[in-house]
Amino acid sequence: MVFKRKATIMEADQILRAIKRIAHEIVERNAGVSDLIVVGIRRRGVFLAERIARDLEAIEGEPVPIGTLDITLYRDDFQEIKNWPRIGTTEIKEDITDKVIILVDDVLYTGRTIRAALDQLIDFGRPRMIQLAVLVDRGHRELPIKADYVGKNIPTRSDELVEVRLRELDDNDEVILGELEP
Amino acid sequence: MTTFTRKDLLGLEGMSAEEICLILDTAESFKEVSERPVKKVPALRGKTIANLFFEPSTRTRTSFELAEKRLSADSVSIAKATSAVVKGESLRDTAENLEAMKIDLIVMRHAAAGAPHFLARLLDAGVVNAGDGTHEHPTQGLLDIFTLRGRLGDLKGRRITIVGDIAHSRVARSNLHGLVTLGAEVTVCGPPTMIPPRIEDLGVRVESNLKKAVANADAVNVLRIQLERQKVSLFPSLQEYSEVYGVDGRALTWMKPECIIMHPGPMNRGVEISQDVADGERAVILEQVTNGVAVRMAVLYLICTSGDGEESLAEEPVKPDKEDVRVN
Repeated sequence: MVFKRKATIMEADQILRAIKRIAHEIVERNAGVSDLIVVGIRRRGVFLAERIARDLEAIEGEPVPIGTLDITLYRDDFQEIKNWPRIGTTEIKEDITDKVIILVDDVLYTGRTIRAALDQLIDFGRPRMIQLAVLVDRGHRELPIKADYVGKNIPTRSDELVEVRLRELDDNDEVILGELEP
Repeated sequence: MTTFTRKDLLGLEGMSAEEICLILDTAESFKEVSERPVKKVPALRGKTIANLFFEPSTRTRTSFELAEKRLSADSVSIAKATSAVVKGESLRDTAENLEAMKIDLIVMRHAAAGAPHFLARLLDAGVVNAGDGTHEHPTQGLLDIFTLRGRLGDLKGRRITIVGDIAHSRVARSNLHGLVTLGAEVTVCGPPTMIPPRIEDLGVRVESNLKKAVANADAVNVLRIQLERQKVSLFPSLQEYSEVYGVDGRALTWMKPECIIMHPGPMNRGVEISQDVADGERAVILEQVTNGVAVRMAVLYLICTSGDGEESLAEEPVKPDKEDVRVN
């Protein structure tokens, strides 16, 4: 099976502006950045989290701590899948109790990744609040999970794929809609 | 990307460098779990693991039990002295009875080399060797190598010296198989009565003079001298062993200043290792123990989630991350 591109949903400058807007929304909703920790979900969520944290610092003049979460060990499909992806590092250096966590991921789809991330975060402490920021919401939720901040809403079919490419990992920034072809 | 496809972990002999590195890289991620307030991840929830220990153990058994519990698996431990083996039940019957209780994995320590291999062939459940006679102790080898990698980085070309009763040491064997596979230069040192003939065929250097063996070493792994060996006259007395092969302050002066000292435990303080070396700055013995839990979590996790090498069903195709690239 090969990934075939159907359309480009977001280009680099649109991604840049969406992230800036999300950062401003975060500041507005939380009346500043005190007590915030931005936690990215491996792998691309981490780069988005870094960008959001930088934008938050640019807006408010205060550095915002970052964490990374690898949810592999909290997946709910461990009975079905074989050949598990390699586990990445999880690193949350601050005590999260009483803080506001901004959880960041690239694409929100079934919601199961976020469910796993919530379970994992709770094992680290008791945050005051967890808010979710995603670059793309593609619908098809299988659990009652909702994003607080969304870059772009993209209605999709279940046989379509949404791929976020980021320059930290891929060639350049873009969001692509595609499908698998044999 | 390597995926783990083994049903069992029986030894480091014959394991590829990629497999070893996969286990070590996975262990790296598990180290962090033991430092959290809630030292648990749900990865092996619902799996049942039996620890079958036919020889006494503090470290290894507890380490495995904790690894299992921290992965949320259900863990039972059976010690020979309190089991039906005392009434004459055979190994095969013991194992088949456990399997009938739907156990997913057996972690086994046994006095007979090859016992875990026997069970691995017999059972559908996976088998992890926690020490079989004098043959191998693969998780100890892995945690030693993990500790070395953490301290020294890439092990290719690094000089590691193992000192002690090499002939009777499963720790030495597992260590040397893994280290040679990863490209390290291994030297074994001990009284000639305790060095197996033709061990050079395994890719190691033999040096029975301690001073020469530890000069230029990046790490020295000190093995426990078993008091029973003295009774069969493999060396004249413990005192003489200690004078000639004991790793003490004087031996430290023969080593490079940055050389680290390891010991699998339990230590005979004052025999193979002196008090001040054991408690000194260069010893990483307790670090080995901490790493042991992470390495065993990695082994159990990889075996319980091992596939058959086919296309992964995970959402995202996995490419090596720029930041995840590991040397070796």
